[in-house]
Amino acid sequence: MTRITYIEHNGTEHVIDASNGDSVMEAAIKNLVPGIDADCGGACSCGTCHVFVDENWMQAVGEPGEFEEPMLDINPERSANSRLSCQIDVSDELDGLVVRLPEFQF
Amino acid sequence: MPDITEQPVKRSRSLVGRDPWTTPLDEIDLAHPGIWQANEFLPYLARLRRDAPVHYCADSPLGPYWSVMKYKDIMTVEAAPHIYSSEPTIGIVDVIPEFTLPMFIAMDPPKHEEQRKTVQGVVAPANLKNLEGLIRQRVIAILDKLPRDEPFNWVDLVSRDLTTQMLATLFDFPFEDRHKLTYWSDVATAIPGAGLIDSYEEGFEILKECLAYFSRLWQERARREPGNDLISMLAHGEATRNMPPREFLGNLILLIVGGNDTTRNSISGGVLALNEHPQEYQKLRDNPALIPSMVSEIIRWQTPLAYMRRTAKVDTELGGKTIRAGDKVLMWYASANRDADAIDNPDAFIIDRPRARQHLSFGFGIHRCMGNRLAEMQLRILWEEISQRFDKVEVVGEPTRIYSSFVKGYTDLPVIIRSSAVKGQ
Repeated sequence: MTRITYIEHNGTEHVIDASNGDSVMEAAIKNLVPGIDADCGGACSCGTCHVFVDENWMQAVGEPGEFEEPMLDINPERSANSRLSCQIDVSDELDGLVVRLPEFQF
Repeated sequence: MPDITEQPVKRSRSLVGRDPWTTPLDEIDLAHPGIWQANEFLPYLARLRRDAPVHYCADSPLGPYWSVMKYKDIMTVEAAPHIYSSEPTIGIVDVIPEFTLPMFIAMDPPKHEEQRKTVQGVVAPANLKNLEGLIRQRVIAILDKLPRDEPFNWVDLVSRDLTTQMLATLFDFPFEDRHKLTYWSDVATAIPGAGLIDSYEEGFEILKECLAYFSRLWQERARREPGNDLISMLAHGEATRNMPPREFLGNLILLIVGGNDTTRNSISGGVLALNEHPQEYQKLRDNPALIPSMVSEIIRWQTPLAYMRRTAKVDTELGGKTIRAGDKVLMWYASANRDADAIDNPDAFIIDRPRARQHLSFGFGIHRCMGNRLAEMQLRILWEEISQRFDKVEVVGEPTRIYSSFVKGYTDLPVIIRSSAVKGQ
């Protein structure tokens, strides 16, 4: 199990134990973390699972992929630590990961 | 050797009244508006999903084209703009370039992203929050003056009026002239000969008036400080402020059409769907908290744009078929939204459907509908206010559907609001 903390825009924290192999989006949905819509079901095609990765975790999480980059690019709230959570796989290396949720998904 | 260009070409005809399950596959031309207006399209979509999920129509008056019927295959196309281009246009008709307007829905990366980003902010959720109060006031004003105990056309008095008011607000367009917006939108999507215009030339002349009107507004806004309306955003935006007039007109038309008949038809479609499914209407009366999920279900159910077109840039494979560079590819959202491999029990209208947001009406990928949250908000507020006022908006006659295979909607939806259905009376 890998521990992930999701912090809502209003500051509410959700600490969950995620299964390796799930995406950070799937872990949120399965654990009823609000604020992630995932309209496309994890196909990197809607941009509605946008998260901001905590500065300390950016290196471990890595850069957006080739198909993720253009989806982030059309989001007006995109920042340097933006990722689509469906494109981040839960693994031991991410134990303790912290992500923040935007006020709105697009 | 016979010259094949001299062979008589068998032109596809309307499928209305034929048997969808026995019509030869090569005679199925989904882009013909007949079955859409006659409300006979659903079994044809089901037939092609079963028998030809990637279907080639070789012989259509609008030229040959592919139809992609399954949810999964459409996702594949949407995710590959480098293979499936949005240029030159996203409708099936290749209008001659003189009458084709450049707009970002019909552009590929990187220009698409540059232009889209300039105007996206106005329909972004943060901005919409500020608009919610105003939208609600306008919804209330429309609902409170509706006739009682006599039939009226819901499309005109509610759907059309509400979306027109919303557009005028987003453009900060002179309110007394707002009906011009709807008129230009209708002209932009009209099929010549179907009633509104007789030729593309005529339509283009009318749209020049639109350009002239907006050019005046543009110059006025460009002189002022940047504001929060769409014209001001275009006039001041880095990627758009030096836009040539044709491109300006193209993007205006895109925003007008995008925000107009799509939402209009979902507003009408919701009333129709609830009347056709009285159990679901009862669920809504019992629990108005279902409205947000119902809104997604209405948008899936209606699928206000039946398809979007792409054009293959290179030879490629899809569903075992070889698509050649230059071929037209139509992604039938109206079919994918009824695809049982992607959506459970897809032919049922279920207002508390699990995963209701996972429909294809907004498309997916970089061209995904920019105004999706605005559309949802308009529908949500409308149904919140309807639920507070009326137990039932009752459909009292057959709707009249639009003659189009692209814009899926209604010109007439006769309804009545009986005094006995008005709450508090």
